[in-house]
Amino acid sequence: MIAELGHFSLIPALGLSVCLTVLPATGVYLRQANLMRLTGSLSAGLFVFVLFSIACLGNAFLTDDFSVAYVARNSNSALPVQYKISAIWGAHEGSFLLWSLVMAGWTLAVSQFSNGLTLDMRARVLSVMGALSVGFILFILLTSNPFDRILPVYPAEGSDLNPVLQDFGLIVHPPMLYMGYVGFAVPFAFAIATLTSGKLDSAWARWSRPWTNLAWSFLTVGITLGSWWAYYELGWGGWWFWDAVENASFMPWLVGTALVHSLAATEKRGVFKSWTVLLAIFAFSFSLLGAFLVRSGVLTSVHAFAVDPERGLFILAFLTLVIGGSLTLYAIKATGIKSDAGFEWTGRETLLLVNNILLIVAAGAVLLGTIYPLIYEALTDGKKISVGPPYFNTVFVPVVMLLFLVMAVAPASRWRSTPVEKFFKEQLLPGGGSFAVVAILVFFLAARFEPVVVLVVGVAAWIVVNLIRDLIGKVRHKSNKIVALFRQPVSYYGMLLGHLGIAISITGVCLTVYFSEEKDVRMAPGDVVELSGYEVKFKGVKKVRGPNYLADRGEIEITRARQPVVILFPEKRFYQAAQNMMTEADIDPGLFRDLYVALGDPIDDTAWAVRVQYKPFVRWVWFGGLFIGLGGIVTLIDRRYRAVRMRTSAAVETVGAMP
Amino acid sequence: MKFGKMKPHRRNRLLLVLFLVVTSGSAVGLALKALNKNINLFYSPQQIVDGQAPVGPLIRAGGMVVEGSVQRSREDLKVSFVISDLQAAAVVVQFEGILPDLFREGQGVIALGTLNTQGVFVANEVLAKHDENYMPPEVADTHKKAHKERTGE
Repeated sequence: MIAELGHFSLIPALGLSVCLTVLPATGVYLRQANLMRLTGSLSAGLFVFVLFSIACLGNAFLTDDFSVAYVARNSNSALPVQYKISAIWGAHEGSFLLWSLVMAGWTLAVSQFSNGLTLDMRARVLSVMGALSVGFILFILLTSNPFDRILPVYPAEGSDLNPVLQDFGLIVHPPMLYMGYVGFAVPFAFAIATLTSGKLDSAWARWSRPWTNLAWSFLTVGITLGSWWAYYELGWGGWWFWDAVENASFMPWLVGTALVHSLAATEKRGVFKSWTVLLAIFAFSFSLLGAFLVRSGVLTSVHAFAVDPERGLFILAFLTLVIGGSLTLYAIKATGIKSDAGFEWTGRETLLLVNNILLIVAAGAVLLGTIYPLIYEALTDGKKISVGPPYFNTVFVPVVMLLFLVMAVAPASRWRSTPVEKFFKEQLLPGGGSFAVVAILVFFLAARFEPVVVLVVGVAAWIVVNLIRDLIGKVRHKSNKIVALFRQPVSYYGMLLGHLGIAISITGVCLTVYFSEEKDVRMAPGDVVELSGYEVKFKGVKKVRGPNYLADRGEIEITRARQPVVILFPEKRFYQAAQNMMTEADIDPGLFRDLYVALGDPIDDTAWAVRVQYKPFVRWVWFGGLFIGLGGIVTLIDRRYRAVRMRTSAAVETVGAMP
Repeated sequence: MKFGKMKPHRRNRLLLVLFLVVTSGSAVGLALKALNKNINLFYSPQQIVDGQAPVGPLIRAGGMVVEGSVQRSREDLKVSFVISDLQAAAVVVQFEGILPDLFREGQGVIALGTLNTQGVFVANEVLAKHDENYMPPEVADTHKKAHKERTGE
């Protein structure tokens, strides 16, 4: 009965989102402030009904109601309770319900925390967001109802959640990712609202900037968590596979990164206005495209969402409508926008533009590789291909290396125009010094000298050096330097954190790619294998029992120069309900290196296939990601946005008073 | 019109457009070149048996692991198994390393590797999917085709 309530509550949610689409927009058209003011209550109602719906699904999981097909497929009475909750978004139907909840959440947030907006603008924005909710909820009701029952004869026991999803990573990764994906609906809605209003000034950049930064931060953290989860849970120590589903989240991130930067330029300098609007449309379009690629089953992926052509068709139609509609609107409305300020080719604006172009090129390259199998199949009458990581590495790496170079020198540039000669003279020492120091470090500390490592880590060092120089430059001539540090706008520190995060990440990526060591070996109890200066000893395997699985638990002792380092216990688990084997690796994490061991298959009575890995600096990949996300969040507390809010709330009153 | 006599903002715009064209042009060129080198064509067991698959380049092969065909070495991590399209065709696959968790006899797999002159597929990588009910689209397609040909005869 409660499951049916969950299903039914989606119907008023749909109704409310239709109202949210139509009524405020009508209000704008008829200049009826009363209709425009409905946004708050409609958004709240929408959120409450979707929340109630997902709570009903949660209830079905917690009470082991296996008459609900989705629960029967993705849960089991022996499943630990935290995984019963995360199982709500463990498969297609429920994850889309979460998607819709996140959409309703963003809608509610915009309706509550945008007092700075004019009433007219708020109505337009929320009306666009309401329209998106209509699409998402309709999608659930028509193609992906998680509340379908198996009646009259339902299973006594559920077939359990996919074991790789029974993990802390899956509790937090999808919600974060969806907050990011769906969050790009906010700048998208702002862009559409601005286009329809015809007032494409810098104000829209100021309004949508904090929302964009927040959504982008969530996406950053979501991708980082996903990569971390893949590293320890998929069992084999890889942290990025260029898989279609990873690409689906990475493309909106790249475009979103471009958007974050061009919004900054638009707000500060009044340049790139129409380009920024286009980016806002693209960022969200890429999110939807990602959803389409993942859920339609058109691509082979390690992420196996249940697939259904009908769903693919629905999303494709929705995608066409959203992208086609918004680009048409853009084509009609975005002509004749003038920049407030000019700039020369040596200005920081140019560097930001180059940043944008490179990011878009990178996203385009990833897109091409991701959908090329589809194109190829269509062109060659059904020949199937896959595009491997070598393609992505060959194309992506040079583009982002250029990007990092631009990023290194950007803080030393000036708005409008930079004195070129002085600039090069000043950068000689920081640039040359960074490469030289890194070269010396690699020469003396690394296992072997790798020129590429010097290049990449050198750029990372240069990025950091220039950030520090910039910060020092800001306070050098102030009498009280500490006070001057506090006087800097918070969003400036957000930028520092974000760029520092990139430097950390690329250092981690580069070092772990070049200096990791991996061995797959057959080991009998007592066997020792040498790995990057460590001795790895296999001591045997014991049987253990978990809540919903049986496991072979290996004991592996690692020493260095006969000194004990750590004892690791990797497991090979057998989940009884789903009859699934799963590898649970064990890791000794460290700031400068991870030791990673995983059990393969038993070879005979006592010997096992074992994978041992030494992964230097691999944590830096994710530390960097967290820094980047933190940087984006920090910008939100900038005084500027609060000041704007207070200043413009007076304007709201005047508009509100209009008949 | 001479370049030097252009108005500064015109010249800037031209430079910008040139930069755009050059960047995106070289990016596309680079991408297509990389694509051509790195696409891995898929071949079904039937196509491999018929000699349609090239010997040497990196390709993918997929099918069901035949029950009872998995043979492991006792000394090292070498393993061999047979993949079929559930009809007549069967190809021997050799692999050295650790097989994925979902690798099982009777399940669909995809292998990435090269075909040698003996008609044995030497795999660098073997993929099985997360979901046991899930069949790689390539494998499902192969089965459908093989079944159709069989029943059509």
